[in-house]
Amino acid sequence: MSQAAEQGYLEQLLRGQASLPASPRVWLNGLRADALERANALAVPSTRDEDWRFTDLSPLYRTVLPPAARRDAVEPGLLVDFALTEAGPRLVFVDGHYVPALSDPLIDAGVTVSGLAEALEQGQDGAVPEHLGRYADFHADAFAAVNTAWLHDAAVITLARDRVLARPVHVLFVSTQPGVSSTPRVLMVAQTGSGCTLVEDYVALHEDAYLTNAVSEIALGPSARLRHVRLQRESKAAYHIAACAVRLQRDAQFESVSVTLGGRISRYSLNVTHAGEGGECRIDGLALIDGRQLADTHSTLDHTRPDGRSRQLHKCIVGGAAHAVFNGKIFVREGAQRTDSSQHSRNLLLTDKAHVDTKPQLEIFADDVKCAHGATVGQLDADQVFYLKSRGLSEGAARDLLTFAFAAEVVERIPVPSLARRLEQTVVHQTKGKQT
Amino acid sequence: MTHTGNTLLAVRGLTASVAGVPILKGLDLTIRAGEVHAIMGPNGSGKSTFAKVLAGHPAYEVTGGEVRFRGSNLFDLAPEERARAGLFLGFQYPIEVPGVTNAAFLRLAYNTVQGARGKDELDPLEFDDYIQSKLELLAMDPAFLERSVNEGFSGGEKKRNEVLQMAVLEPTLAILDEADSGLDIDALRIVANGVSKLRTPDNAVLLITHYQRLLNYIVPDYVHVMEAGRIIKTGGKDLALELESRGYDWVAEEFAAGRATAASVV
Repeated sequence: MSQAAEQGYLEQLLRGQASLPASPRVWLNGLRADALERANALAVPSTRDEDWRFTDLSPLYRTVLPPAARRDAVEPGLLVDFALTEAGPRLVFVDGHYVPALSDPLIDAGVTVSGLAEALEQGQDGAVPEHLGRYADFHADAFAAVNTAWLHDAAVITLARDRVLARPVHVLFVSTQPGVSSTPRVLMVAQTGSGCTLVEDYVALHEDAYLTNAVSEIALGPSARLRHVRLQRESKAAYHIAACAVRLQRDAQFESVSVTLGGRISRYSLNVTHAGEGGECRIDGLALIDGRQLADTHSTLDHTRPDGRSRQLHKCIVGGAAHAVFNGKIFVREGAQRTDSSQHSRNLLLTDKAHVDTKPQLEIFADDVKCAHGATVGQLDADQVFYLKSRGLSEGAARDLLTFAFAAEVVERIPVPSLARRLEQTVVHQTKGKQT
Repeated sequence: MTHTGNTLLAVRGLTASVAGVPILKGLDLTIRAGEVHAIMGPNGSGKSTFAKVLAGHPAYEVTGGEVRFRGSNLFDLAPEERARAGLFLGFQYPIEVPGVTNAAFLRLAYNTVQGARGKDELDPLEFDDYIQSKLELLAMDPAFLERSVNEGFSGGEKKRNEVLQMAVLEPTLAILDEADSGLDIDALRIVANGVSKLRTPDNAVLLITHYQRLLNYIVPDYVHVMEAGRIIKTGGKDLALELESRGYDWVAEEFAAGRATAASVV
């Protein structure tokens, strides 16, 4: 595809942006204007870019997906299936637009879980302008630039010092319109010692093509703790391109489980910066794909200060003629002494046509560190299959159980039991008897 | 009236290879219902290979001979069919299965085997009751059920878990490969008592062991000495004591002398 056609593609995603009402906040208008300028200057990624080598977006560039109009009238009954039994506050976005009527926000002393406009009205301006647009860099990322240029609604979660939410926050992004694009946005700011569980959930009410271009930013203050669940269950024809930037201050804890089920082509770029001493992160991922799906996860863990700890386990179960991509970079900067980091990529291929490209990557500039990484790609373990058969299980039952177990290791780490149970069902449904 | 049980296992001239290397070289053994047999022998004599061949491990190739289990040709049965027919192998090195809880695994195995035997399956609550008595038999903490199968278990815990599976599946013939390794004396007593309590006039146990100490608790009717892929001597329980004090060399020498004599007679 020609450069000009690709450029035309970005213009298409920005069509109508000029008529976005100006915000009373000067800083927000400025942020949008900066992002628009970058979006106009940047080219969309292609497989010529090292970071996009395995993920060819040309099918997306050939598809016209104009920005989605606001559509408030969604029958609440259609969302019942996505409700979490444990959920406390809930924010619902329809095709990227915040819908208060479907949401259950929480605005309380020191806690805001709401849309961007409501958060700004609550006088949280202090936290929001300081953090919004600051971590998800749009200067070199065309999709993040488009998302930021469109910034009007966002899920905003701010926690004041020592505020801890007992029940998970559910942010639900629902696609209802085929043939459109949307730009979901999340901002989470947790001050010293605060914490919560955040479920970021992308779902669809149809099975057609659309584009979700999402950006999340998470800033964790000293000793703050976030348990993050990211669930991508878009339609199997969807395009999902998302970036999540996380910044940890001293002794902050970030535990994240991301599950990728949907999308014809999906890309999740996760960037975690250990900006303070002693931070800890645990990042687990599971991609469960089949048919002709492509699921790409790129992560960067950047240790910039001493005594950081990171654990990453990324798993892919690939069936049909699907293609999984994992690229995990870990940087240990000079001065990030006593960093303790491990990263493992484990991949299970269910068929001969399933395909995985995995690349764990360590770059270490400090001398007193503990780093381990590794990658495996393969079929089920023959000794495990035999062990189960020796207890009476058929070959098929043994393989199904082991495939389930492979996924369960990640699914079990989801701190919301009803969601974990539901995902287990999905795994069973999608993998049972699917091995060739 | 002395009662001789039905023959459960009849092995005749069994030969088997691993990766093209012959390991079993003409093994004969008969086990009847109600009996306890022990196979002893030095490392590399083929004891574990024999156990794995009986269970149907795909890495072991049967090259000759015959094995009948409860009247059927064992080699006509897939590993899972052998298990359902009542053959059980307690593994020397139990396999870790991360992500599968012991409870789910035991119930699935139990219900599969029960179904194949034409018996009723149990729902999770009923199985919970059933498993409690088995846990007590082996003095196992119910917390074991919620852990992944063998994952992070100590050597002794793994062995206990093997016998728990045996208790749940109620096999006709249980082959326990080095069931005592990794067990301290208290755990050994518990495991051995558990195995003993599972004995009935209708089932049988084949113990594969290096050491005599297990046989103090589960007293064998027959002790066999294996060497170079064959059984070269069979005796009663006293043979185990003799092996403990004198080692294996004398048995091999006696066997070699016996063959030489036989050859000279011929």
